[in-house]
Amino acid sequence: MPYEFLDDGVTSDVTFHAWGRSLEELFSAAADATLNVMVRSVESVRPLETRSASVEADALDLLLMRFLDELIYRKDVEELLLRAKELHVDTERNRVQTVLTGERIDPKRHELVADVKAVTLHDLRVERSATGWDAHVTLDV
Amino acid sequence: MAAPAGIRRVDEAVWELPPTFRPGMRVPVRLFATEGLLGEMDEQVFAQAANVATLPGIVGYSFTMPDAHWGYGFPIGGVAAMDVETGVISPGGIGFDINCGMRLALTDLTEEEVRPRIRELVDALFERVPAGVGTKGFVKLGESDFADVLEQGTGWCLRHGFATEEDLDRTEERGCLAGADAAKVSPRALERGRNQLGTLGSGNHYLEIQVAHPEGIADPALAARFGITRPNQVVVMFHCGSRGFGHQVATDYLEVFLHAMKTKHRLEIIDRELACAPFRSREGQNYFTAMKCAINMSFANRQVILHRVREVFEAVFHRSPADLGMEMVYDVAHNTAKLETHRVDGERRQLLVHRKGATRAFAPGMPDLPPEFAETGQPVIIGGSMETGSYLLAGVPSGAASFYSTAHGSGRTMSRTKARKQFPGRDLERRLLAHGIYVRSASYAGLAEEAGPAYKDIDAVVEATDRAGLSRRVVRFTPIGNVKG
Repeated sequence: MPYEFLDDGVTSDVTFHAWGRSLEELFSAAADATLNVMVRSVESVRPLETRSASVEADALDLLLMRFLDELIYRKDVEELLLRAKELHVDTERNRVQTVLTGERIDPKRHELVADVKAVTLHDLRVERSATGWDAHVTLDV
Repeated sequence: MAAPAGIRRVDEAVWELPPTFRPGMRVPVRLFATEGLLGEMDEQVFAQAANVATLPGIVGYSFTMPDAHWGYGFPIGGVAAMDVETGVISPGGIGFDINCGMRLALTDLTEEEVRPRIRELVDALFERVPAGVGTKGFVKLGESDFADVLEQGTGWCLRHGFATEEDLDRTEERGCLAGADAAKVSPRALERGRNQLGTLGSGNHYLEIQVAHPEGIADPALAARFGITRPNQVVVMFHCGSRGFGHQVATDYLEVFLHAMKTKHRLEIIDRELACAPFRSREGQNYFTAMKCAINMSFANRQVILHRVREVFEAVFHRSPADLGMEMVYDVAHNTAKLETHRVDGERRQLLVHRKGATRAFAPGMPDLPPEFAETGQPVIIGGSMETGSYLLAGVPSGAASFYSTAHGSGRTMSRTKARKQFPGRDLERRLLAHGIYVRSASYAGLAEEAGPAYKDIDAVVEATDRAGLSRRVVRFTPIGNVKG
């Protein structure tokens, strides 16, 4: 699990730290962390539906915010819980292209936890680390 | 955690941080809290309130309420009034859940009548008021219908049989801010919100059956004026907001503001969550107009939920909602920015008052109050954690010290992650049952995050608002049934 939830984050929200050897791994980990706020086991989400998405932004950290916002948006509009199956991050254009797979929310199959309202800009960071990339994200729940 | 050096006690429950506390502060910070609550406050509250004090056009003080805790951008429990000509509007001063608020409705039932049916009642409410992650409401709306909801708020509900005329009288702003324009909202936000009317949401959103015990009546005369007239009277209180619609409006404009600050307005801010735009700028006005849509959506959401609650009571008790006396006490919002006229240094000025996790609390005689509250002051509804209790308060003249703002709830003291580790949801459910509170939850892990010890002591918060002169206690309610989102 390439992410951890931090105990000492913003009290009313959820802060996670995600990491990966590449930006692709990092974005994928951040997607799973966001999903994990909503559902207790990300493994309980089966890859029954496929969606593709392409997101652009002004900066790399805002790109992560927009990418996660896309997952929250599809959760509300299509009632889909999604994971990143394929991902390509283009750092020159600050663009991410992704294939997402998942399934419709089913309270009988998915142990649901808390809805994510939004990705905040609070101390939002995407940074290089010794082993690749790190991100800190605070979600409003 | 401790209050920073340099804090000064102004009054028994009023504290001040001077503008020298951090560079760039335009006004001092005023904190309303008892010594105990101040000592427990997250360090970040002081830093964030000081950051707010640096925003252009801020008037008077950057305020924090007694339930203040660490948020993003503004602290939760933060209040800031901006000059409309020179000041800014900031989505981070309102929150993602625009117009999140509390609604309180009466019944003429007593605890003795409701307790034997509490499981049936709560189970039916859980069934009929969708709660939890990504739920859809029962109202099916086309795109243009949803635009009508955004522009008409509770008025739309009245025309579609979900509200009474009296409900509108008992809602802040009569449930609709004029000037909302759905054209200022992104297609993404419209898509996100269209199916969510009549849904509770999750996190700390809930619907409770509560009792006003005789020992909970702090001011019998005012309680009676608000409709609490019999011993052990049962009331319904719920907490929710503008759902994914409001969250998306805030997200969209945060990005618009970040971009415009850099390229157009040359505004420097300390924290990106304080992204803002001059209120009079095109971006500022567009956000204000879009925010009004979210405010109206939220009022309509709570109205549709109340309609469903009335249907459930009718089905369970075989009496009509009118016969059951299911009138509203009031509906208050605690995540807003509103244009209000206040007296500053003897002069009446129009201000844009940001309240994030803070409730408006107008005093008796203020012109924006409906006539029935002219003598009582505005009812203020404060939700506690589900284990403790909730309050009905009233606005007071001394509230002028905070532009008539008071607390909104108990305020978290522990992160959700920590609470989840410490309080398994099923244990909490059993403990609540042992205390006579029957809970249905869309999520037991989510339930754990809302455990009583994860919050400040609601009685201490309300006492602090009283001592600080922000509002007065009227009734304390005890929960007996809870639907948790």
